[in-house]
Amino acid sequence: MGSDKPQPLVETRTISKRFGEGDARVDALREVSLAVYPGEVVGLLGPSGSGKTTLLNVIGCIVEPNAGWMSLDGEVVYDEGWRRSDLRRLRLEKIGFIFQFHNLLPFLNCFDNVAIVLNLAGFTPLAARQRAIELLEYLEVGHRKDAFPAQLSGGEAQRVAIARALANRPRIILADEPTAALDSERAGIVMDLLRKVAAEQHAAVLAVTHDDKIYDRLDRVFDLRDGRLGEDHEPKVGGMT
Amino acid sequence: MNLAFRDIRHSLGRFLLTCFGLSLLLGVVLSMIGIYRGLVEDALTLARSPQADIWVVESGSRGPFAESSRIPGDTREAIARLHGITATGAVTYQSVEARHGGKALRLYVVGYEPDRLGGPRQIVAGRTIARSHYEMVADARTKLSLGDQVPLGRNTFTVVGLTENQVASGGDPLVYLSLRDSQELQFELAPPAARRAMAGNGVISTTDTVNAIIARVSPNVQPATVTAATQRWKHLAAMTQIEQENILTRSVVERARKQIGLFTAILLTVSAVIIALIIYTMTMDKLREIATLKLIGAPDRTIIGLIVQQALAMGVIGFAFGALLITAIKDYFPRRVILQPGDGVALAAAVIIVCVLASALGVRLALKVDPGEALKG
Ligand SMILES: Nc1ncnc2c1ncn2[C@@H]1O[C@H](COP(=O)(O)OP(=O)(O)OP(=O)(O)O)[C@@H](O)[C@H]1O
Ligand SMILES: [Mg+2]
Repeated sequence: MGSDKPQPLVETRTISKRFGEGDARVDALREVSLAVYPGEVVGLLGPSGSGKTTLLNVIGCIVEPNAGWMSLDGEVVYDEGWRRSDLRRLRLEKIGFIFQFHNLLPFLNCFDNVAIVLNLAGFTPLAARQRAIELLEYLEVGHRKDAFPAQLSGGEAQRVAIARALANRPRIILADEPTAALDSERAGIVMDLLRKVAAEQHAAVLAVTHDDKIYDRLDRVFDLRDGRLGEDHEPKVGGMT
Repeated sequence: MNLAFRDIRHSLGRFLLTCFGLSLLLGVVLSMIGIYRGLVEDALTLARSPQADIWVVESGSRGPFAESSRIPGDTREAIARLHGITATGAVTYQSVEARHGGKALRLYVVGYEPDRLGGPRQIVAGRTIARSHYEMVADARTKLSLGDQVPLGRNTFTVVGLTENQVASGGDPLVYLSLRDSQELQFELAPPAARRAMAGNGVISTTDTVNAIIARVSPNVQPATVTAATQRWKHLAAMTQIEQENILTRSVVERARKQIGLFTAILLTVSAVIIALIIYTMTMDKLREIATLKLIGAPDRTIIGLIVQQALAMGVIGFAFGALLITAIKDYFPRRVILQPGDGVALAAAVIIVCVLASALGVRLALKVDPGEALKG
């Protein structure tokens, strides 16, 4: 590793993941090695079924790989004697998830959906309150803070979920088609926000996307095909404005 | 932020409905326990009301309640002369069916001598029997009122006093008559053959027959020494109050007691299974939310808290509603339902234990859930 580069926030080496056995076996990831550095916003592209979600889930400590090595923010995840509670702590402290489906808790209003992460992270109620409101307003859903998820539009719910993902100032932000439910103007706002977070908090953003409207907001792009990662490259700015 | 409370508040109607169903179930369990207690209590009221220490009955008989017993009325004077006896009374017991206001009325008639032991323990309205004939003290459960006229045998009796909760072991309410009146009634209602036998028997005079002699013993004399002293009369048998109560609970109401006891046990088991199922399905319904909580890094204790707190809330609210409900309606039961605080506490404890055990099942399930479950559309 070059001494001029900082330590990567996300680093994987020859990570493999398969589902099923025999005829039903699917090799979702084959020896995937990548590194994402602080301040970067990286895209993950590839056709449907190529393993993009699986890769995010492995990095997000949701899915355990079959083989390979991985470290998050300098911490080796599956070292000897790792425990389930370590994964939970990593998810709470280091990772913010933004998923295709918003995954808000239906029995909490928007404000509490954001505040719960802050509670779990040990914020005082007052600090949690201020931060939650600030984030919701920033994502233009402050006026909906008392609404329950079932009462929100898809785009509003997605923005609340983003507020939740950013609440604990995670250093690694994993986003699976974060802008799919948003119009292009709001998609741009969300990507700008992620760029700002990456810059200010020295965070790494890894975003799966099909949305060519946001390619110009990516620093680098990885292509995934049949579970294999190609060389990273600059985003090809094709048919967009 | 209490997640259990938030979740309940968010689907309050459903939660309350579940609690209501549970409260009905626990109400039934409580009333069954109350019926059991009432049965035992009722069985003993009759034997306890004269506050006797000694029962003297016909020899070879476990009377007067478990078996029939007939002894001469003058036995009372002989017993009264025994050492240590402070008070005595001659009593008769008999079931009759009377008609009042066009309806059949099952009564359990107690005959006693108004100035001796064996009369009603407490009069709640009116007075006790003052004249030697045609007056009656009835229990409020007969639904009779003061001044009512009730025909029994060839005579008509006037209700002069009322008691409360005085019933025989079968549940029939008690009425008290003077000994003379009750003896006459026994003679009239006996079948003709028995009547001839009674009249022809040289030992027992026609009318002066009683079912038992009850006696009180001075506090510094052992009742057992007095019962031993009665052994000199070959035609008599004596037992202490405790022995009499044992006969009532162990033999007279034994079957009913076991029947209700067994049913109560079954009901408790069924309730435990139902509570466990409710809590288990409550958890199943929340697996996605639980996966989301794991995804955002909630520790296991947050998830355990959510499940256990909801289970306990449901158990406690269900029990409280059920107890209130049954307290409100217990007096409408045809027989006595006795709710003892101890029983309530025991049931509440059982419900809480079942809730905790059932939520342990749910917790096991919840902790196994993969956080990735939350991501499935
Ligand atoms: N839990 C699972 N069990 C079995 N197979 C799975 C599972 N998850 C993913 N797969 C398989 O792994 C492969 C990669 O899936 P993945 O969801 O990562 O694709 P993707 O690139 O995110 O696709 P899309 O763009 O459609 O979201 C697919 O063939 C999928 O069927
Ligand atoms: Mg996907």
